[in-house]
Amino acid sequence: MPDLGPLWLTAHLAAVTTVILLGLGTPLAWWLAHTRSAWRPAVEAVTALPLVLPPTVLGFYLLVMLSPNAPLGAFWVQATGSTLTFSFTGLVLASVVYSLPFMVQPLQHAFEALGRAPLEAAASLRASPLDAFFRVVVPLSARGFLTAGVLTFTHTLGEFGVVLMVGGNIPGETRVVSIAIYEHVETLRYGEAHVLAAVLLAFTFAVLLVVYGLNRRYPLRVG
Amino acid sequence: MSADVLTLQVAIDFPAFRLRVDERVRLSGVTALFGPSGSGKSTLLRAIAGFERPGGGRIDLAGAVWFDAGRGIDVAAYRRPVGYMFQDARLFPHLSVAGNLRFADRRGRGAGAGYTYDDVVAATEIGGLLGRGVDGLSGGERQRVALARTLLIRPRLLLLDEPLAAIDRGRKADLLPYLEQLPERFGIPALYVSHDIDEVAQLADRILVLDHGRVIHHDAAAAVFDRLDLQPLAGRFEAGSVLEGHLVRQDARLHLGYVDVGGVELSVPLDQPAEPGHRVRLRIRARDVALATEPPHGISIRNVLPAVLGALDDQPGTAYVEASAVLSRGSGAPVRIRARVTRAAVEALGLQVGMPVYVLVKSVSLAR
Repeated sequence: MPDLGPLWLTAHLAAVTTVILLGLGTPLAWWLAHTRSAWRPAVEAVTALPLVLPPTVLGFYLLVMLSPNAPLGAFWVQATGSTLTFSFTGLVLASVVYSLPFMVQPLQHAFEALGRAPLEAAASLRASPLDAFFRVVVPLSARGFLTAGVLTFTHTLGEFGVVLMVGGNIPGETRVVSIAIYEHVETLRYGEAHVLAAVLLAFTFAVLLVVYGLNRRYPLRVG
Repeated sequence: MSADVLTLQVAIDFPAFRLRVDERVRLSGVTALFGPSGSGKSTLLRAIAGFERPGGGRIDLAGAVWFDAGRGIDVAAYRRPVGYMFQDARLFPHLSVAGNLRFADRRGRGAGAGYTYDDVVAATEIGGLLGRGVDGLSGGERQRVALARTLLIRPRLLLLDEPLAAIDRGRKADLLPYLEQLPERFGIPALYVSHDIDEVAQLADRILVLDHGRVIHHDAAAAVFDRLDLQPLAGRFEAGSVLEGHLVRQDARLHLGYVDVGGVELSVPLDQPAEPGHRVRLRIRARDVALATEPPHGISIRNVLPAVLGALDDQPGTAYVEASAVLSRGSGAPVRIRARVTRAAVEALGLQVGMPVYVLVKSVSLAR
């Protein structure tokens, strides 16, 4: 029986990343759906970059940014005494960047599909913008939030290249399931690789099955 | 009912359209914003609600400034004490009918109007719909729920944006009485946008006529309908007269009502029982009125009224002349009826202003 620690670490990482991205991605998606700013295409392009960039490229730049020699990494060392590279916190930061489009794009589509009409209706009923967002926009975009959350979570589960570049392979800290499988294969322990791979496959399939089932009438739209 | 003044100085520029309005509207009863589509009436309503930001001007209600370009004031839509009823109802699909009403009620209860949730539900007769989802409602039901929802935020001003436009012709008659009675019953003045002259004739106490982004008339309903110079709009909006009067008596067997208009009696088709003394409004289309120089005999038209020809207005480029006749038996203010006759008829009969004539009214409809 292999060590199941990487599975829990991976789930933990994916959950933290999804929660952070819900907080960051929602306002960004809202802004992209409603802005008339000339910056919008540039911001959209940056948001979509992680979809197409090789994870090693993304991981390389993140490694450079998070290293103690760079301003962000140096600040973190000063503030907390530990480095961002090769740490769980660094992995969370990297995952947030890596999974950003999976949160933002479904939400942006949901907000655009909703249009201005319900917002005007809510405003005409004395609902402030924040009130209208939580009482009208969120319930009417529930499918978009579900899609975005599940895609972000499952996508983070499967992360490999970025983790390898930024996090390395430290048990209990950065050794996520994809890294553990890779290492088992490298060391020819196929049985243990099989168990972890099968668990990940089954879990991911089950999650997507549920989401597609719920979205039968409203297909997933990503990218 | 309050008679607050709404100041509208609104300048909005779109690429293909300019709106320029400078009016002070005494808010009492229902004021119609009437005009053909593209005249700017809905844009004006949206600017009042705060959905459209004017390029310049000022909007205030009884001294409370909602927009003032010069002073940089632009009160957010949700802070303006107006209730907006949309053409497409815009009920929230994630809430039941009752949920939609409570959404408004919770946010409007502080406004201190003297009516309750139950009053509004009873007045709009939607008690039987409360538990339903909004998707299963008919168009008419949706608009009644939307009207109730709008009333529940206790607005100081109702903005009704073509609320009947999406309703089947036959169902409109079911909804009109609610729109006619509820603003007065709950003491809230209304601005009513419509391009349907029949709706306006039934509902409006005052009318602003818009055309190409400008207000071309602003007066009491009867006075606006009486103007000959509405003619340029006649293609889109049927020229005619609206007369105010009261019911004198009713003949149930003939389905007729007899209406006194300033001392002149007209008979109108009337199917439902009505109280004598009831105030009514009659609408007579100019094309349904003929003129005669002698009393006609053996004719099916029942309303034959002696009058004096008040104006003849040639319509260049057409075969027609717009005539205005003043009914001669009127005891109060002069009662004018417009007639659309051919130029050939004017010449053949030798019609001249000041001549005694007989006004033959082929059809009259009761606007309310």
